[in-house]
Amino acid sequence: MSAQKGLNLTLKVWRQKNDKENGQMETYQVSDISTDSSFLEMMDILNEQLIAEGKDPVAFDHDCREGICGSCSMYINGEAHGPGREITTCQLHMREFEDGQTIYIEPWRAKAFPVIKDLVVDRSAFDRVMAAGGFVSVNTSGNTQDANSIPIPKADADKAFDAATCIGCGACVASCKNASAMLFVSAKVSQFALLPQGQVEAAERVQNMVKVMDEEGFGNCSNTGACEVECPKGISLENIARMNREYLSASVSSQDS
Amino acid sequence: MTTLNSKIPKGPIADKWTNHKNNIKLVNPANKRSIDVIVVGTGLAGGSAAATLAELGYNVKAFCYQDSPRRAHSIAAQGGINAAKNYQGDGDSTYRLFYDTVKGGDYRSREANVHRLAEVSTNIIDQCVAQGVPFARDYGGLLDNRSFGGVQVSRTFYAKGQTGQQLLLGCYSAMSRQIGKGKIKMYNRHEMMDVVVVDGKARGIIARNLVNGEIERHSAHAVVIASGGYGNVFFLSTNAMGSNVSAGWKVHKKGAYFANPCYTQIHPTCIPQHGDQQSKLTLMSESLRNDGRIWVPAKKEDAEAVRAGKLKPTDIKEEDRDYYLERRYPSFGNLVPRDVASRAAKERCDEGFGVGTNETGEAVYLDFSAAITRYGQEQANIQGLHDASAQKIQELGTDIIEKKYGNLFQMYEKITADNPYKTPMKIYPAVHYTMGGVWVDYDLMTTIPGCYAIGEANFSDHGANRLGASALMQGLADGYFVLPYTIGDYLADDIRTGPISTDLPEFDKAENSVKKSIDFFINNNGTKSVDHFHKRLGKVMWNKVGMARNEKGLKEAIAEIKEIREEFWKEVRVPGTADSMNPELEKAGRVADFLELGELFARDALEREESCGGHFREEHRTEEGEAVRDDENFTHVSAWEYKGEPSDAVLHKEALNYENIELKTRSYK
Repeated sequence: MSAQKGLNLTLKVWRQKNDKENGQMETYQVSDISTDSSFLEMMDILNEQLIAEGKDPVAFDHDCREGICGSCSMYINGEAHGPGREITTCQLHMREFEDGQTIYIEPWRAKAFPVIKDLVVDRSAFDRVMAAGGFVSVNTSGNTQDANSIPIPKADADKAFDAATCIGCGACVASCKNASAMLFVSAKVSQFALLPQGQVEAAERVQNMVKVMDEEGFGNCSNTGACEVECPKGISLENIARMNREYLSASVSSQDS
Repeated sequence: MTTLNSKIPKGPIADKWTNHKNNIKLVNPANKRSIDVIVVGTGLAGGSAAATLAELGYNVKAFCYQDSPRRAHSIAAQGGINAAKNYQGDGDSTYRLFYDTVKGGDYRSREANVHRLAEVSTNIIDQCVAQGVPFARDYGGLLDNRSFGGVQVSRTFYAKGQTGQQLLLGCYSAMSRQIGKGKIKMYNRHEMMDVVVVDGKARGIIARNLVNGEIERHSAHAVVIASGGYGNVFFLSTNAMGSNVSAGWKVHKKGAYFANPCYTQIHPTCIPQHGDQQSKLTLMSESLRNDGRIWVPAKKEDAEAVRAGKLKPTDIKEEDRDYYLERRYPSFGNLVPRDVASRAAKERCDEGFGVGTNETGEAVYLDFSAAITRYGQEQANIQGLHDASAQKIQELGTDIIEKKYGNLFQMYEKITADNPYKTPMKIYPAVHYTMGGVWVDYDLMTTIPGCYAIGEANFSDHGANRLGASALMQGLADGYFVLPYTIGDYLADDIRTGPISTDLPEFDKAENSVKKSIDFFINNNGTKSVDHFHKRLGKVMWNKVGMARNEKGLKEAIAEIKEIREEFWKEVRVPGTADSMNPELEKAGRVADFLELGELFARDALEREESCGGHFREEHRTEEGEAVRDDENFTHVSAWEYKGEPSDAVLHKEALNYENIELKTRSYK
């Protein structure tokens, strides 16, 4: 492991009491931050400091702290999850920063993700898009056919897996100038579009998911690709193309229904 | 007093589950519509249970503290899920999975439960594939398998190093379907604060809305606890930051026995701790042990030079390396079970051969160079490159390793800034999974009628040690295939009950006590943060109740935990208010529970005068340092009854009867 150094940093953090009140940036100093610490560990240290001073600690979402649960969501120096490709905030380490640096920390900004407090936003719109069709309608109480009776070409299974690795963090929405959720929705649509399971409801799925996505207030996709650049799991824009194809074909084939 | 009746069905082991299913009461579909079930926790166990109960027709209310059920910590499981499919034709069977699990658990699990788990394991794979879970496939389009520790067959199904994620998303999608239909009412960002017991039966919960702080009453005909494990009692563990024992502990305080709290799995392959600012440890999947070789320098002076930064691992010659697992356990080698591998690593580090940078030298190497060369040579042969250079072989081999474990290697590099393709990974054991939990009978019901516990929250299937890739199996088995059947037997008596009122005095009482505790935290104005106490508790737990325990240390731990607890109630400071989002307030309640559980944990470890699985008492070991079990006196489950202070808890014993598998000394040599 790299040699440990202590960093002194100035933090500009978005503080907002709740969804009704206006927020503002506050300035804090932290010192002797180990370069081996993660960004969230640095936030823990800031919070311990604030508690000791009798102040309200900064609320932020986090849980697994190993880059898979998709909870941690912050804009760091103008980038979703901060500098570095294909990482979440919990995987961002302080060795990426320099002594004396000023760091700006803000919540995701999107109409469909209202701020709950400080850096915490409400991403339940994603759950509602999922409930509109992000599943295969199979009875979960057993009696399904043997798993190997559905052979799937390895290349398709691998592509479906790549799409399925989306962690639903919302960095795609936060990075998009239109706050579009196309990358998130297309990842789920792609997973099922590439697999034989659930094909029978493919048309209905894509139409319902897109409909709810629009109703939730996410914007449109204008193919600038910021979502792909900031996606911690490297979900590809190819999925958006696949979803558009699925949507078009569903619209054509369901004209008479 | 409740009697400890495991309700194991009679008859031959292979027929118990089938016979039981044929004989338990059913609830007809029309009546299910008038029955409500609460599920607390929406990981693999709770999520699959909620989806299936809703599918069957019950009205489900599901609760999770995260902002979405998709974030439960089951998502972080990496390696895979076992199932006795025998697709590989390497001799696997239900019996072998049953046998390996009972032996792997050091003969401290319940035979009937484990056999059922092995039986339903094959259904899980079918179910998940039908849901569109993208498991790894071979080139013929069929499912692929790999091996895990403690096992000599390939029965582990996987989705790269993200199996837990894919299984959880599968179960979240099944839940989403029921949420869309309105059959599951989902309460995100809600925490269960207490269980409500009416006329001796679990009839609801008190929950706190974590966004606005409102205290809510929710009633139901049955309550299912699926809140995971309590490894965070150690502060540093591989558990998610929010993972807590509170739901299990609250039902324990209301009458559910808590079983085997001292059984905690220490996972051998985690990234070592880097310093005092660390909040959590990160696991490296056990699947890496399929190809990684574990070693330390054979000479102390080399280990010292490595620790001082004067030697690199690659400088140490092959003959100067001690592949201690292969040396000590030739038939299982690097794939010995987790408890064995963890203790062996600790033993080498304690002897001064560790390669960590911290003062204790706590790390060993997990080395892929041999595998890279082996795969590279194989690829060179396949491609007809008979004179391939060493560098070309390295490239080809690295490519194969990247395909198998790429995301894990990337994760390691992000955390440590070391490239594991070029230099061996450093690993050390860490707290991972708790095999103890709320005591349940064969139907997964606790000692409170109508209160169930499933997945990691219960105790029954893993014994004193859990084999890899079996937690996901148990979570989904309980949720998809066991509870949905067994709960009907209880609910059949409730078809005429009608809705349960939340105006009952029991709800008033529970709500008042929750409010009182919250008021205390907000108004205490102490001097120390919640984390301050949690870290102190964690240090005591790791040093004295961790990988090795002895009588003296455990007695000290019990006294120290008590002191920390007393100080906590005097000195804890919780900023902010109760009527808004307040993560410190959430933590305070959870740490209060850990401070009680920790003491019971140590007491349970003190009581168990033997070494078994994840519980290693230094007084009970062979000269070579292997665990010595005492079957005569300890072939039982220790189930604790709450009586106030942890020191007043009363021990009940459930005898474990091994009728199908002979109790033998566990050997992996």
